[in-house]
Amino acid sequence: MLAFIIRRTIAMVLTLVAVSIVAFAIIQLPPGDYLTSYIAQLSSTGDQVDPRVIENLRAQYGLGEPFYVQYWKWISGVVQGNFGHSFEWKRPVWELIWGRLGNSVLVEGLAVIVMWLIALPIGIYAAVRKYSLGDYLATIAGFIGLAVPNFFFALILMYLAYVWFGVTMGGLFSPEFENARWSLPRIWDFFAHAWAPVLVLATAGTAELIRILRANLLDELKKPYVVTARAKGLPEWKVVLKYPVRLALNPLVSTIGWLLPALVSGSVIVSVVLNLPTAGPMLLRSLTTQDMYLAGAIILLLSVLTVIGTLISDILLALIDPRIRYGSK
Amino acid sequence: MAVDTVQPTVHVDLPKARNRRESQLGLMWRRFRQHKLALVSLWVVVFFYLVALLAEFIAPVDPVHYSARYTYAPPQGLHFVAQNADGGWEFGPYVNGYKTEIDPVALRRTFVIDEEVRIPVRFFAESEPYLLAGVIPLSVKLIGVENPRDPFYILGADRLGRDMLSRLIHGTRISLSIGLAGVTLSLFFGIVIGGFAGFYGGWFDSAVMRVVEFIRSMPTIPLWLGLAAAMPKDWSALQTYFAITLILSLIGWTELARVVRGRFLSLRTEDFVTAAQLDGASDWRIVTRHMVPSFTSHIIAAATLAIPGMILAETALSFLGLGLQAPIVSWGTLLQDAQNIRTLATAPWLLAPGVCVVIVILALNFFGDGLRDAADPHGR
Repeated sequence: MLAFIIRRTIAMVLTLVAVSIVAFAIIQLPPGDYLTSYIAQLSSTGDQVDPRVIENLRAQYGLGEPFYVQYWKWISGVVQGNFGHSFEWKRPVWELIWGRLGNSVLVEGLAVIVMWLIALPIGIYAAVRKYSLGDYLATIAGFIGLAVPNFFFALILMYLAYVWFGVTMGGLFSPEFENARWSLPRIWDFFAHAWAPVLVLATAGTAELIRILRANLLDELKKPYVVTARAKGLPEWKVVLKYPVRLALNPLVSTIGWLLPALVSGSVIVSVVLNLPTAGPMLLRSLTTQDMYLAGAIILLLSVLTVIGTLISDILLALIDPRIRYGSK
Repeated sequence: MAVDTVQPTVHVDLPKARNRRESQLGLMWRRFRQHKLALVSLWVVVFFYLVALLAEFIAPVDPVHYSARYTYAPPQGLHFVAQNADGGWEFGPYVNGYKTEIDPVALRRTFVIDEEVRIPVRFFAESEPYLLAGVIPLSVKLIGVENPRDPFYILGADRLGRDMLSRLIHGTRISLSIGLAGVTLSLFFGIVIGGFAGFYGGWFDSAVMRVVEFIRSMPTIPLWLGLAAAMPKDWSALQTYFAITLILSLIGWTELARVVRGRFLSLRTEDFVTAAQLDGASDWRIVTRHMVPSFTSHIIAAATLAIPGMILAETALSFLGLGLQAPIVSWGTLLQDAQNIRTLATAPWLLAPGVCVVIVILALNFFGDGLRDAADPHGR
């Protein structure tokens, strides 16, 4: 087990290096460098530009030097928690994003949990009562969930809430709780706001989870050990839940690997629609204003979170299924 | 005697059926037809692509034609039968006119459908001359009002009083074609890279597979956004279009490469490939003459299933304002207008492009599923 974890962790570190190179490449993509736009922006607002400050910044980011030197300077800062400077907000990047990242993780984590809570019972039901009305309904709902883009679903929810209840949906907290400490009323307030984005995010993945679970479980239910269990007189719920469901769950855990990237992707756009204080809207804003160090840091951190989430799911999978940790790979 | 007269008819049919060798395509089509949902979806997809192809002809007016008099005019619908005041019936397509009402609370002008006014509508109506698909000169539209000054908003109007239906139809052209173009490009990368990896294996294969895994483990929208944001703002519409296509396929090729590679790997050990090798056929000949034909159908199915992802990605990017930009009309840029909840409350018909997205995505998914099943006509 330990060897497995070490192997996976090394693979993860390599992936992280690749992720950081991609993120840095995106920082570098827009024409002109960071300082030129910074100076242009300062001059346009009529600020005086101190040549010494410029010189310092130039040295700090290694501007004008080859790509790998700049990358090295940037990544060594990142490792120490220094993600660079946002020239739009005139503050260090890390200060701006850590709170928003927390919200992102919170919403996405809840979405994963809700996804499983919805998918598990429905998937089991659809498999056990194959071709029943409920099974068909689940299939249809699944297809619709797959075809409706996240942001469109969010728009429709917003529209319905406004027309039916006169509520303007959006945000994660009411204004009075925005900067308050966590307390029971604040948690309540959070859930009163968060259900919509969580629901929207959960639907997209639920459909796929139900489909996989149903297919796996159908395979398992045909096996002789199920017949044996039934013949021994086990109650039906035990026959289903005790072994087949547990076996059918294994491939499901491995889906987190692609579920998580899709979820993070989706949350960016849903957050923009529902105006959530997560990393998504800030990423969009920083990209449109070409605040590249901020944008790069958000892309980097979102990807890092995804990669770490995938690692955790891999380890979980190895824990519940020994065949994987002793397998060839 | 009766037997004698019946038997020949039976015998006439049987040898025919036995001798008829159905082509691969024929088999696939037969298999595909059994999948009713896929068949219906095929027609839906064909319909949408026809609309995209004939956009100028089907759209009642120019998508950029605006009219300040009719901002956010509600959908008129299209009526065929009307009852006159004297109880008589009148047939023929028409739309209702508008009357304005002042909202007593907000003191805002709102349009209300005026049932009294009927504006006759004509099929194959005369119009300004235009070029269909930029090639064929025409001066007739599928549908139009007799007097071009009359309001004609079957699906309502947007913020600038532009016809939603016409914009939707022109958006269909852009959104659907970007899906096709993106998949074509992805397919090209996928076949070249996946093909090499699958056919030669070895270190190249492992390297490609690591890259594919890496790209698939990244959240795509932030990446796409980052790449799209780097596009210079002064690029022309055509340049942005191709840049977005390229950006979408930078990630889209991975799935297709995986499919192609898998097919190559499983076919490499087949007897007919070994036979061709022993015959001294070149690699190129083995690939193009023996291997590719045996999995073309699978690749087509996989490509079809990849189109929805492309369309969704374009819509999402344009919706966020980093994809295609305003003068270009696509489903995504149209939905951008629907971002504001207050606008949405006054003009819910702005959501129409979203409905189109859902229908097309569903249809393409079912169609692709049907193709995938049919790709293996001897299976099951």
